[in-house]
Amino acid sequence: MPVPAYSIYEQAILFIAALVVFTSFLMLGQKRLFGMIHLFAAQGALLAATTALAAYTLPYPHLYISALIIVALKVILIPVMLHRLIIRMDMHRDAEPLYLYGYVMMGAAALVMFSYHVVAPIEHLSTLATRNAMAVSLAVVLLGMLLMITRRQVVTHVIGFMAIENGLFFAAVASTQGMPMVVELGIAFDVLVAAVIFGVFFFHIRSSIDSLDVDRLNRLNEVEP
Amino acid sequence: MSAVYWILGIPFAGMLYQAWRGDVPQAGRLNTRLCGLAFLASLVLAVEVLRQGVVELADLQFRVDAFSVYLIVLTAFVGFTTAMFSAPYMANERDHGRLNAARMRLYHAMYQGFMLTMYLVLTTNNLGLLWVAMEGATLATVLLVSLYRSPESIEAAWKYFILCGVGIAQALFGTVLLYFAAGQVEGIGEHGLQWSVLYAHAAELNPTVMSIAFVFLLVGYGTKIGLVPLHNWLPDAHSEGPTPMSAILSGLLLNDALYAVVRSKMLVDGSLQNMLAGELMMGFGLLSFLVAALFLHRQRDVKRLFSYSSIEHMGIMTFAFGLGGPLATFAALMHMTVHSLTKSAIFVTVGHAAQIARTQRIEHIRGLMRTQPMVGWGLVLGVVAIAGMPPFGVFTSEFLVLTATMQDFPWLTPFLLLGIAIAFAGLFRHLHPMAYGPQPAGQAPVQANLWPVMAHLGIVLWLGLSIPGVLADWFSQATRLIAGSAPL
Repeated sequence: MPVPAYSIYEQAILFIAALVVFTSFLMLGQKRLFGMIHLFAAQGALLAATTALAAYTLPYPHLYISALIIVALKVILIPVMLHRLIIRMDMHRDAEPLYLYGYVMMGAAALVMFSYHVVAPIEHLSTLATRNAMAVSLAVVLLGMLLMITRRQVVTHVIGFMAIENGLFFAAVASTQGMPMVVELGIAFDVLVAAVIFGVFFFHIRSSIDSLDVDRLNRLNEVEP
Repeated sequence: MSAVYWILGIPFAGMLYQAWRGDVPQAGRLNTRLCGLAFLASLVLAVEVLRQGVVELADLQFRVDAFSVYLIVLTAFVGFTTAMFSAPYMANERDHGRLNAARMRLYHAMYQGFMLTMYLVLTTNNLGLLWVAMEGATLATVLLVSLYRSPESIEAAWKYFILCGVGIAQALFGTVLLYFAAGQVEGIGEHGLQWSVLYAHAAELNPTVMSIAFVFLLVGYGTKIGLVPLHNWLPDAHSEGPTPMSAILSGLLLNDALYAVVRSKMLVDGSLQNMLAGELMMGFGLLSFLVAALFLHRQRDVKRLFSYSSIEHMGIMTFAFGLGGPLATFAALMHMTVHSLTKSAIFVTVGHAAQIARTQRIEHIRGLMRTQPMVGWGLVLGVVAIAGMPPFGVFTSEFLVLTATMQDFPWLTPFLLLGIAIAFAGLFRHLHPMAYGPQPAGQAPVQANLWPVMAHLGIVLWLGLSIPGVLADWFSQATRLIAGSAPL
């Protein structure tokens, strides 16, 4: 099978896609909350780079605005907010134990393969770059969910949640050249409000269970005493 | 100016005003009036749709047809009557010191905000905006669920936030895939997320992409509908939030999430030309129905009990929409109406019952018939209606679902009958002592506004005895849109 010739743009997209999924793997292996936030900001920066690249190469100038929104929201605002919250709650020295680290990593690798498997049937439709981007974004979504499942710390859950949204944005930008502007603005607004609510909830959870460990959120269950 | 703008503008203005002045004693009454105005606007919109067939606005960003306008009127009506109930109820909660001024502002602003997102879901033609509005509804209701700031309510709100947030993210992935599929078709271009454009080109959309997209959309919005096994947030959120919110969650939010799934199904059916979407919905629906019916038996909290009943009924509707024939679709539309009306009426009475007994534990709610006969009767009639006893409308719609099942999938009928019987037993074993048991000492009646309950149950009874011509036409039109041909 001949190696297809890629344009520079496609090569760049593939390279960034690889880096995005790499940051997701790093998040799964990161113990410290600060490290987690930095990785999240890095992933946001990669996303903004993809968007700017698409805006530069393709005739979609509105993507520059999307790139700016991503930088403002996911590289600056939310990481800074989380950073300050962690310092205020005096958790910056906390390290989270990693349970079953090896299995989690193998599971993550399996999820990436699974994503490629799911996307495989659409291969005759589109260029290889688009297909890779689609598979990678699905993988980032699933890895975000894996992160949320395997960790116990509320802050980590929030970052997993936001990483899932990063994956979705990556799909929207790299395979469909971005959603219509109204939709992107709406999604950005939702993400912003969600981030604020998360911040408020940290304090509520902290004051109600005196910790930020979700295992201790266990008052509500099916079998009551 | 089209009534669509009014229907979106009133709650938006209301949200801003209530965020500023929502703590004054008149705020509850203002809330009712705003919802009343929105209800009037919805009636005007219904007339518009009746005259024109379809209302399309703002470069196709908004589009209202027979299917959505019927849900808009239902949403506005239930929102209005629940606001009527909420005014004295929340005043009572405030008098008992469970809420302060800031929370009252938050409550009233979020009530209007929630109504806004619901109207946006139903009026928008843009599937991306529909997603944004759904996520907005999650955010508004998360704040409402955690209103009491008790550890339980914080936990319920957190669970709800995370589960529904992650769930609905899957729906966004499905939406991106739809957009991707649209991008492959010539001549769609910028309009690739607009439902009517996609629907017109449904046959050209790539079936493989569409089937993958539908799985994501069903799982995503299914989390919001409360389909088993994605339902875990629902009983917690319903039981821990303030009662008016339980009424609007069960009566409106679940319907609108189902609306999103049905709209997606219409696209996918047009593209795939097979039963895949319908079969998935039937499977999920039947599973939810049976599991929820079993769970009804082991509940100790009265609001949890009725939230499981909501899961059960959403299961029936999902199943019926999945069946897909004209009869089943007609039945599902009717079931949406009667379930919303009955369930919100039940939550209103349950709210009063919990205020009388000062607890939500079923074993402590006793002798309602003696303490406050009106509340007792409201609960008894509500449960009789929701359990599917004739002559109430729920019986009619469940009967139609059964008839449609017997035609198309006869071997599924026993499962449905079994589930209905189990649910019936589950509801009545709890109801009997609550209504007729001995009255505990020191239990006193509360100030209650039972007009919403009577109005809702009256309509449900009426629908059970005879469906008025206008409404029957309306349902038939919506059925023709969804299923391709009219029932009967």
